[in-house]
Amino acid sequence: MNKAVERRGAAIEIAGLRKEYLSGQGRVLALDDVSLRISPGEFVCIVGPSGCGKSTLLRILAGLDTQSSGAMKIEAPGWAVENAMVFQESGLFPWMNVQTNVGFGLMTRGVPKAEAAARVEAALKLVGLTKFRKHYPHQLSGGMRQRSAIARAFVTDPGMLLMDEPFAALDAQNRVILQAELVRIWEQTRKTVVYITHSIDEALLLGDRTVVMTAQPGRIKQVIDVPFPHPRDVLALSASAEFGRLKLEIWRVLEDEVNRARAEEEQ
Amino acid sequence: MNGLSGKARERLLYLISPIALLVVWQILLMLGIGDRRFIPAPSDIAVRFVKLIANGELALHVGVTLYRVALGFIVGVVPAVAMGLLMAMFKPVRIFFDPLIAVLFPIPKIALMPLLLLAFGFGDASKVALVAIAVFFPVIVNTYVGAANIEKIYWDVAKNYGASQMVMFTRIVFFGALPTIFAGLRIALAVSFIVLVASEFVATKAGIGYLIWNSWELLQVDVMFVGIVTIGLIGLVTSALFQEIERWAIPWKAT
Repeated sequence: MNKAVERRGAAIEIAGLRKEYLSGQGRVLALDDVSLRISPGEFVCIVGPSGCGKSTLLRILAGLDTQSSGAMKIEAPGWAVENAMVFQESGLFPWMNVQTNVGFGLMTRGVPKAEAAARVEAALKLVGLTKFRKHYPHQLSGGMRQRSAIARAFVTDPGMLLMDEPFAALDAQNRVILQAELVRIWEQTRKTVVYITHSIDEALLLGDRTVVMTAQPGRIKQVIDVPFPHPRDVLALSASAEFGRLKLEIWRVLEDEVNRARAEEEQ
Repeated sequence: MNGLSGKARERLLYLISPIALLVVWQILLMLGIGDRRFIPAPSDIAVRFVKLIANGELALHVGVTLYRVALGFIVGVVPAVAMGLLMAMFKPVRIFFDPLIAVLFPIPKIALMPLLLLAFGFGDASKVALVAIAVFFPVIVNTYVGAANIEKIYWDVAKNYGASQMVMFTRIVFFGALPTIFAGLRIALAVSFIVLVASEFVATKAGIGYLIWNSWELLQVDVMFVGIVTIGLIGLVTSALFQEIERWAIPWKAT
């Protein structure tokens, strides 16, 4: 376990990132002058009003989209897989059972069958789904689907994990359980994580730093350090006074942006 | 009927209308309404049916027809599925084939029969080719539509997790399109029997189509009816079989 902690993850450096795209009404500026440095092994949460381009930023980091201008450097020396993404709605392939889904990123990269099977086994154990390996996604609950998606990401041992509101569609109880599990898994691996959320609570419970973004176009408004030490007890933490104070602080920063986004929508 | 489940009872109820039709038909002819030489009674057809089974003639024709359908089906479906998937994956392929499909799809395929006789001769090859061409179009169109409608998130996941074009083709696009492909295959199955039986009316000495046409020329109306009933039964059995295959091939489709 200590060895894994020492290994850390990828380093990310974003400078002056800008993303423009064409929509029906013309040009839309999604991201403007976004600069951010993320150290190896850091857990960074990005919060912002909906439509602030935070998902676009993540897609650019994942290589699923490209910036219009600006620089992005990802250093992941020694990592066979640079990044793995966990999507909002799991994105498990409906035609594959859990174990095939989890092993997908190993199959595509030609990992030998025996090794892949062992790694999938370990990943399933990590998220408590060993008994459901032969189930198809439609036979699982929403929480189990997201667990599978997390296992699918971790099993590839990526330099960084990119998570796009992975728990947003879950009910409150399941969300708390999965947040605690994610914290536990991350504490064991200490990979670089970029986590998109619209929940301040979630950002504070999970991350080391919280990046607050502005409404469209998305810019970085403020970066707030989250001082809670690890290992974290998610439930106890959410009841602490310091947590409440920080939550209010971030909410004050975010409030104007949410109102601005709403005003624009109503126009 | 008390011992039967609701579902079995409902299935039995479905038999009422066909049986009633046969009974009325039989009674009318027994009462002398209609000429039995031209319109045989169900009992006459049944007797002939048993005779043709006993002397092996029916088995021969059924065998030939099934062979042609099966072979033509495979020859037409395999490239149709492959090309439909490639059309969804690569825009140039789509731009190349789209207009060809638009022009060729509406042509009644049976109109190609003389051309195919010219190209492939009077043997099985021309019939097989006709079936293959007839099934090709509904399958390629359904495959393309199915693959093109795969949700974007699956493409994103596949790309993010390092899928090559080959993996994309065999593990993502094919399976994602499979439910729609099966819809195309069902249409293709019906179409293949239509064109094959029609094509067997000419230039062949075996097959259900030949049996029907030949008995018409000899005015053996009861044999003709045996042919018609047989093709109906084959259609029924193959589509039921197909449903089973579909259930087995698409286990993730919640039923």
